[in-house]
Formats: sequence, structure tokens, C-alpha cells
Amino acid sequence: MSGVRVLVGTRKGAFVLTSDGTRDEWDVSGPHFPGWEIYHVKGSPADPNRLYASQTSGWFGQVIQRSNDAGKTWEPVGNKFVYEGVPGTHQWYDGTPRPWEFKRVWHLEPSANDPDTLYAGVEDASLFRSTDGGGSWQELPGLRGHGSGPNWQPGAGGMCLHTILVDPTNPDRIFIAISAAGVFRTDDAGKTWQPMNRGLHSQGIPDPDAEVGHCVHRIAIHPSRPNVLFMQKHWDVMRSDDAGGSWHEISGNLPCDFGFPIDVHAHEPETIYVIPIKSDSEHFVPEGKLRVYRSRTGGNEWEALTKGLPQNDCYVNVLRDAMAVDTLDPCGVYFGTSGGQLYASPDAGNSWTPIVRDLPGVLSVEVQTLK
Amino acid sequence: MIRVVLPTHLRRLAQVAGEVQLEVQDPATQRAVLDALESRYPMLRGTIRDQVTHQRRAFIRFFALEQDLSHESPDGLLPEAVAKGEEPLVVIGAMAGGRSGR
Repeated sequence: MSGVRVLVGTRKGAFVLTSDGTRDEWDVSGPHFPGWEIYHVKGSPADPNRLYASQTSGWFGQVIQRSNDAGKTWEPVGNKFVYEGVPGTHQWYDGTPRPWEFKRVWHLEPSANDPDTLYAGVEDASLFRSTDGGGSWQELPGLRGHGSGPNWQPGAGGMCLHTILVDPTNPDRIFIAISAAGVFRTDDAGKTWQPMNRGLHSQGIPDPDAEVGHCVHRIAIHPSRPNVLFMQKHWDVMRSDDAGGSWHEISGNLPCDFGFPIDVHAHEPETIYVIPIKSDSEHFVPEGKLRVYRSRTGGNEWEALTKGLPQNDCYVNVLRDAMAVDTLDPCGVYFGTSGGQLYASPDAGNSWTPIVRDLPGVLSVEVQTLK
Repeated sequence: MIRVVLPTHLRRLAQVAGEVQLEVQDPATQRAVLDALESRYPMLRGTIRDQVTHQRRAFIRFFALEQDLSHESPDGLLPEAVAKGEEPLVVIGAMAGGRSGR
């Protein structure tokens, strides 16, 4: 029988939520690593029992955890992230140069076909790879050495590499996104990188159309259409039909085009989801209403999905890695809030139910569909 | 034997209960104690001091005999009572700090 495993990272630990394919009844395990910030937990597509977690703390630094039994037990693996060569500088918030300094891992992206290979997106922004199950990490320095690095600057949450998308049809092509530098793409497995930000327009930077410097919050891809990318930028929801070569806005009738997550329906590559947030100075949903917006036309035309979601006095945020979909039919959609609610929709967003209501603030949500 | 008291989070990470007792070669310095600690418990590497520079993490403190030893040289001798195992070296997370920006 099919099933679903939802991997939740929170400000105070990790949780694993499991259900059968009906997605009616849930078993909740955790907190794993209680008291630690869990920026991300993700499973290996090649071995669903292999999970990786980024465990971090302002006091004790970075730990990477690995599980071989679907999260029942964990073991700490390698946590040595050292930039190649002389790290150089990027811009600090005040525009002064600041040396690159490793702070934490925001996102872990296991390989599609090797459970021991995975990528880590880190702050200060760079991309690392492990080929020994997280035991050791090597930087892919071509990204940080692209040449524009001295002009990158941190977003409000830090200068983080937060999104890693490996083209499912070509593992040498990888898209990454950095706040606040933008999208970069490699076509040679990480040796060289090109910025992919043409068409982005950001008022918060000196040159609104600059090649780099855009605060991209999240990008998403559908496996069947690897040249089509969707983006939630700081402001603006965007789309590219040429693998990032150019972008155009698809915010359309959204009540607000600021937000963090964006994701694509598992079976409908033109169906996308965002969660509008009121503004960059008020990180909560507009009008006290928690609404997921769905477009079935690849953007521009959006409908509010509200059934089962609070429609008054709600002031939560949903962070960039805190939404995910399963691959069952109908597609399940999941997101977690800063208030600790984990909402699930077993019908592609038509209706929602909280799996749990009172977790610590949710940092990340990933879903494994179990056959 | 030198006795080391770890904070709760690091005891869990190292899967130890109570104090840690370490055989440390002379001279008994902070560096020697941390070298022995990380050798016995490799999962603690990077959690108390930087893995490359060996600088103490900003919000980690070392206390012993009701004194703050955090700013002592890592190569300075530990107090005799600590070196003899009569008193523990206490590693703690600073009372304030450690907040991330996400």
C-alpha cells in the first residue's frame, strides 16, 4: 500500500509524520534533536530510508545527521565545510566588504540515483557536495568564484544558498538560488556557472535590472518540463520557459506578490502554488487570512484556496522551504507555518486539514511518497 | 583523568550521560583537553571550537573553580585541581546569544 512520509524541520527539532495513501490518519514522531534548529530534512530518492538533516545552533554550530532507517535512528556525519582557497569577500548589509564565513547549511539535496551523493547549500552562500553519505564535503568553488561574488549581499535571513534543483533529465545541469544574488545555472556538473536573472526587476537594489543581486526566495521545477522554472522572488512571482535564460512576471491577480515558497503540482506541470505574504516589513499573511493560491494556467490567473484554513485573526508566515507536494493521485500538498501548524491537502489544495497544530515554528517541509 | 562537564545538547550529541573523563597527556591545557575530547567523540568536532582555526565558538564558555577560563590561552596550564581531576572543566553555552537570523 502506498504511503506518505512528511519530514519537518522546526526551530526546536525535527518531526517525521507518516500516513498511508489515504492521508487521513497520521503518526507523529519527534522531536528528533530537540532544542536544535533543523533547517532541512530530506530523503534520498534512491533509498527512501536514507534521510539527511541539517541540525544547527548559534551556540554549537553545524551538525549533519544521517538516518538509514527512515528517521528511527540517526548518526552525526561530517560537518566540516571549508571553502576552497582564499574565500574572499562579499558585501555586508552596509555595503562594506565582508570575508566569506561558513555559518550553516540551509538545504540538503540528495542525488536522484545515489544515496551517498548529496549537495548542501550553505550560508555564506556556496554549494558543497558529498559522495560518501555526508562523511566529507567538498566545495564546488566555481560558483563562488563566478566573479560576481564580491557584489553578493545577504538578504534579511543571511546570505544563503537555499534552493538546489538538479535537472532530472541531465544531472550535469543544476540550478541554485541565493538570497540575495539570484539564480545561477551550471551545465557541467558545477565547474562553471552563469547567472540566470534576465527579466528580474528588483527595486531594492541600485540597478533594478542588474545581472546579480536579486533576492530570489525560491525556485521550482516540474520533472517533465525541466526547461520551465517558477520563481517566488522577494516581490514578484516569475516564470522562465528557457531554463532560466529569461524570466517574465506571472503575479497576475494575486492579492500580493511577496512570499517565500512556490511549488508545482506533481502531475500537472502548469499547476503551481504560492502563499502570498503581506510585505517584506510584515512577514504574515494579508488580512489575517491564510490562503494558498493556485494557478492552473502556469501563472497570471490565480484562485484562493481557503477550505480548512483560518480566515480570520491569522498572522503566520510560511518560509521558503516549508511547502512540498507528494506524487500520489490526487496530488497532496503540504506546508508548515511559523506558528507550528502543518497543513495537508490530499486533493491538490481544494481542502486542508492540520496534521499537527502546535509544533515549534516550521522551517522546512519535505515529502516522500512511499510505494 | 580530567573531568569535563558538557552542556545537555552536546551530551546528547555525543551520547554520554554525566561527566566525561579523559586521559590527557601533560601539559594539561585547554587545547589538550579539547583534542582528547574530540578524539574520543568525533561528533563534537566543530561544536566547541572551529575545526580549522581551533578558535572557541563565540557563545561557548569554559568555567572551572567558579572562574571563567574562556579567555585564557588555549595553551595555558589548567588549574591544578582540574588537571588532577579534583574539579571538572565545565563547558557551557553562554546564557545569552546563539540566536540565528532565519
